[in-house]
Amino acid sequence: MKRNTIGKLVALTAAVSMVLAGCGSSSSTTASAATQASAEETTEAAQAATEETAEAASTETAEQTDADLSGSLSMAGSTSMEKVANALAESFMAKYPNTTVTAEFTGSSTGVEAVLAGNVDIGNSSRSLTDDEKSQGAVENIIAIDGIAVITDPANTASDLSKEDLVAIYKGEKTNWSEFGGPDEPIVVIGREAGSGTRGAFEELLEIEDQAAYASELDSTGAVIARVASTPGAIGYASLDEVDDTVKALSIDGVEANEENIKAGSYVLSRPFVMATNGEISEQSELVQGFFAYLSSEEGQEVIKGVGLILPD
Amino acid sequence: MANTKIVSLSGDDVRFKKTNAVENSAKILLTLCALVAVAAVICISAYMIISGIPALLQVNPLEILFGTVWAPTAAEPSFGIAFVILTSIVGTAFAVLLGVPVGVLTAVFLAELAPAKVAAVVRPAVELLAGIPSVIYGLLGMVILNPLMYKLELFVFKGSTTHQYTGGANMISAVLVLAIMILPTVISVSETSIRAVPKEYRSGSLALGGSKIQTIFRVVLPTAKSGIMTAVVLGVGRAIGEAMAITLVSGSSVNLPLPFNAVRFLTTAIVSEMGYASGLHRQVLFTIGLVLFVFIMIINTVLLKVSSAAVKEK
Repeated sequence: MKRNTIGKLVALTAAVSMVLAGCGSSSSTTASAATQASAEETTEAAQAATEETAEAASTETAEQTDADLSGSLSMAGSTSMEKVANALAESFMAKYPNTTVTAEFTGSSTGVEAVLAGNVDIGNSSRSLTDDEKSQGAVENIIAIDGIAVITDPANTASDLSKEDLVAIYKGEKTNWSEFGGPDEPIVVIGREAGSGTRGAFEELLEIEDQAAYASELDSTGAVIARVASTPGAIGYASLDEVDDTVKALSIDGVEANEENIKAGSYVLSRPFVMATNGEISEQSELVQGFFAYLSSEEGQEVIKGVGLILPD
Repeated sequence: MANTKIVSLSGDDVRFKKTNAVENSAKILLTLCALVAVAAVICISAYMIISGIPALLQVNPLEILFGTVWAPTAAEPSFGIAFVILTSIVGTAFAVLLGVPVGVLTAVFLAELAPAKVAAVVRPAVELLAGIPSVIYGLLGMVILNPLMYKLELFVFKGSTTHQYTGGANMISAVLVLAIMILPTVISVSETSIRAVPKEYRSGSLALGGSKIQTIFRVVLPTAKSGIMTAVVLGVGRAIGEAMAITLVSGSSVNLPLPFNAVRFLTTAIVSEMGYASGLHRQVLFTIGLVLFVFIMIINTVLLKVSSAAVKEK
């Protein structure tokens, strides 16, 4: 795509310069001839003109000027961030074809260790950085926030659970809604399949990894919502942005699950996605700076929202 | 194509050379078509074995086959699929136990008893049943069967504190859906074999004073036995390979295959976790595929034996 646009721009500027120079032939034939003949001669002129024509012709003006990003960028860290990191890497590479972004998924702590040791450019962490890590020079760049809603069928009268209740329910220790202000109905515990990022995050945040006793393990967010909506007494979890009004989202410890509370940090089932750098972004290489510029561009933000995450303020 | 060939042959200007060329190219084309199927089988077998083996080198095969804990993403992962294999066997067995009697009796009705008008309604209905996509069975099971099962579950386990409620997505639902899904296969294959029983057998039985029903159960069905066996084996094959329908109704948790437990079959084990699985977890899913493949192979071998036995009898 980039080459195409640049090619067009070169052709365009060449044509413009030829016309200005007073060549009599039609512009379309001139343009094609000019690209071959005067490509070398007009490079300087073209570069100067590109910036002017680009503003008028292309919508990607701002990025066009630093389109010469090249080299390879490496990141390592959280497995939960696999989806967002891969999506960002792919779209970044599509935009800047001369770059390669490699991502390894080794776990948050090893990711931060790797960036501090200088092995990678960016360390992915799906938790806030510790004071210790910060004191060693790691800088916490929060790129997104992951929020999980706990849902029940709409007829359920229970509206709030404490974090401890949730743990007990998912471990299978408490099995009736009547204990939580709901109807006298058994709790049907529904979750995602092993390997799912949402399940990983949910179990990690509640510290119940591999202890959850699911009655149903479904393989998509949509399936969980559909099953919870149609089963009286069901409880499930899903990415906040996927939850619709066929189910009811519970508040946890009295805090409602919404974007505001998640951004404020008061909702317990949320966590920051951090791309840690060794030192401030401004101290990083041009490529890393370009990557973060891309993250905060409209395009990058769309990618982050596209994988179901909340943007930090 | 066959038609045009006949026309050209019967035409006046049939030239021997041209016919010969047509004959030869048709032969080559048909051979190539036959090879596509063979090549596909070889590729699939090779692929299943190549991708199913690596996990067996890293995890003890006995641990996979006989382990009962399925925790593929745990800190210390465990890949036991004993419950999954057991579920597939038990689920298929009960689906066949339910589906085969109904199917065979329907076939008897269609072939022996049904008035032409009734048969004209039942037969298309059975054919339509065969054509319904399996996901539709699953959806209906989820919407109709699961809520009913949940009511039954609430009734059976009233006051129980140890039972984990499944909301109706359990073994019974899966078995019922499978039983209905194998009906068309069982009915059409058994009907064909019942119709193949020579008329003289029936006449002989009736002439000796046997009633219609006696004739059917003492003469016709025993004669059509091998055909009905084929129907059963085909039904087993269909049931064990089904994924889409039961993934929606079975709950998909790895449990002992008890009636009111959520269960996971070999097929659904692959379907449900392939999306996000990586590394060894993914390789083990391929190994599950290999196990399923072996099951299907066994069933096909049995089928071949049964049908060759049928040929010998005749």
